[in-house]
Amino acid sequence: MGVVVLSLVTLMAIFADILAPQGPEFIDLESVRQPPGNGHFLGTDDVGRDVWARVAFGARTSMVVGVGAVAVALSIGITVGLISGFLGKWADTILMRITDGFMSVPSLILIIIFIAIVGPSLTNVILVIALATWPTSARVVRGQVLALREQEFITAAKVIGVRTPAILKNHILPNLLGPLSVVATFGIAGAILTEAGLSFLGLGVRPPISSWGQMVNLAQQSQILLAEPWIYVPSGVMIVVTVLAVNFIGDGLRKAVDPKSVR
Amino acid sequence: MFTQILRRIATGFVVLWVTLTVVFLGLDFAPGDELDVLLSAEAAASLTPDEMAAKRAELGLDRAFPIKYGIWLKKVVTGDLGYSTSEDNDIAEVLKVTVGNTAMLIFSALFFGIIIGVFFGILAAIKENTWVDYVIGSIPIFIAGIPGFILSLGLIYTVSVKMNLLPSGYMHSLTDESFLDLVKHMILPVSVLSLVLAAQLVRYTRASMLDVLSSEFIIAAKAKGISNRRVTYNHAFKNALLPVISVVGLHLPEIIAGAVITETVFTWPGMGSLAVRAAGGRDVPMVMGIVIVVAVTVIISNLITDIAYTLADPRVRLG
Repeated sequence: MGVVVLSLVTLMAIFADILAPQGPEFIDLESVRQPPGNGHFLGTDDVGRDVWARVAFGARTSMVVGVGAVAVALSIGITVGLISGFLGKWADTILMRITDGFMSVPSLILIIIFIAIVGPSLTNVILVIALATWPTSARVVRGQVLALREQEFITAAKVIGVRTPAILKNHILPNLLGPLSVVATFGIAGAILTEAGLSFLGLGVRPPISSWGQMVNLAQQSQILLAEPWIYVPSGVMIVVTVLAVNFIGDGLRKAVDPKSVR
Repeated sequence: MFTQILRRIATGFVVLWVTLTVVFLGLDFAPGDELDVLLSAEAAASLTPDEMAAKRAELGLDRAFPIKYGIWLKKVVTGDLGYSTSEDNDIAEVLKVTVGNTAMLIFSALFFGIIIGVFFGILAAIKENTWVDYVIGSIPIFIAGIPGFILSLGLIYTVSVKMNLLPSGYMHSLTDESFLDLVKHMILPVSVLSLVLAAQLVRYTRASMLDVLSSEFIIAAKAKGISNRRVTYNHAFKNALLPVISVVGLHLPEIIAGAVITETVFTWPGMGSLAVRAAGGRDVPMVMGIVIVVAVTVIISNLITDIAYTLADPRVRLG
């Protein structure tokens, strides 16, 4: 079920232009705060933008942030984890103390600092989420490498003279794919949630780019909260549904990768 | 065991130092420096470049990087965190007020979250594979998918607006400063935070309880003829709680992060909503001050978790 929902959201993100040809920034001054119907499938928001278009383009923002942030976080995490796990000794100590430092501050707070320094924008949100979340994947990679490098097939590879980079690439990395796919899936869910949260707080994606979190933010105005639910409900539902879908996929993957894990 | 604790404290200080260094680097990379913060734009414009340089020298801002770092570290250790432009006040002063408000939320959330989480976790484990277990098991999955701000808005909509039972924001009503009024204002934000914590704890408590229930000493206790109820509450319960101690410690950062959003939605005058305002106003020193407080809290709580675990579990203490 998770896969179906996620595919639908992904398709929505890819074909946002076709699904909502008028675009998320087009302002229809004739119909401001208009309820669903009459040319606007989901109605219009407080400045006359089509809610359906903003939801569709919001899907694009969410997917770009989710996938982008996880890709960057994983590449940092894998590099650090491999170095730390395989070289060991002082490199390991230094890198692990750095991840400790990062992990001693909640990631949302870290993200808020970075945003305070670099300012909010789509690229910054992606980079900042990646910068705050790479320690998790670094830990996972390091743990796996530590377990793997004691195994006989690695010793055998060393004995026949395979060089370290080749061992890492051909023997260690393929064994990491399973656990990393789990980390990546939950990472995407986390990144989508974080982006929604940041945009909700006004620290995320800047207008005019649309984002689900931003649309829910409008519900803080009491008039919209009470009388105009079509403005914020669709994007709120989208956030919950998408995150649940990704989490279900993650749960499934975890069970597949580690059959011992409890429910 | 004593050396173990000492070693943990030492590691705690190292981690704190790393965090402080990262914070300093952040401040150093951010545009502007302390002088720009201290002087208003007009005052800065009225000074010649030479006078500006003299003032910088006075503050030690023209020194080499390591010396600036040393000066800054000394100030932080003595409690001088600098000046906040967005709050127009001394950072340490602002923090003194807000940290207490946030702590109030977080401790209440911890208290209720642990009680609810442990209770339902144990219930699910005792009723394993019945509908009770399935219902308890599926709720946390949904709570995990609902962002805190949507949950909070939902509560405001139903409880505050539709049912008109509880206030939707702030700490006090305008005219009422009583304790009861404060409690009324706390109920909604604390429910959101404790629900999120409880959702996590339920899963761990259930797993841990099932683990203990299937271990040999429980079978032995049952074989001796001790009643099921006594086995569950006297023998299994205590052992099942051990892992929960560390889970609570691990999730504390998440609760603090949750407080950021919850405080903003409920306009609670705490550290979280302060952080959002400061970040919105690009007030880097203020955000950094908050980070230092949070980092110290998390490091200390990790330490307490470790020590509590050691004290509670003789196997860790002796092994």
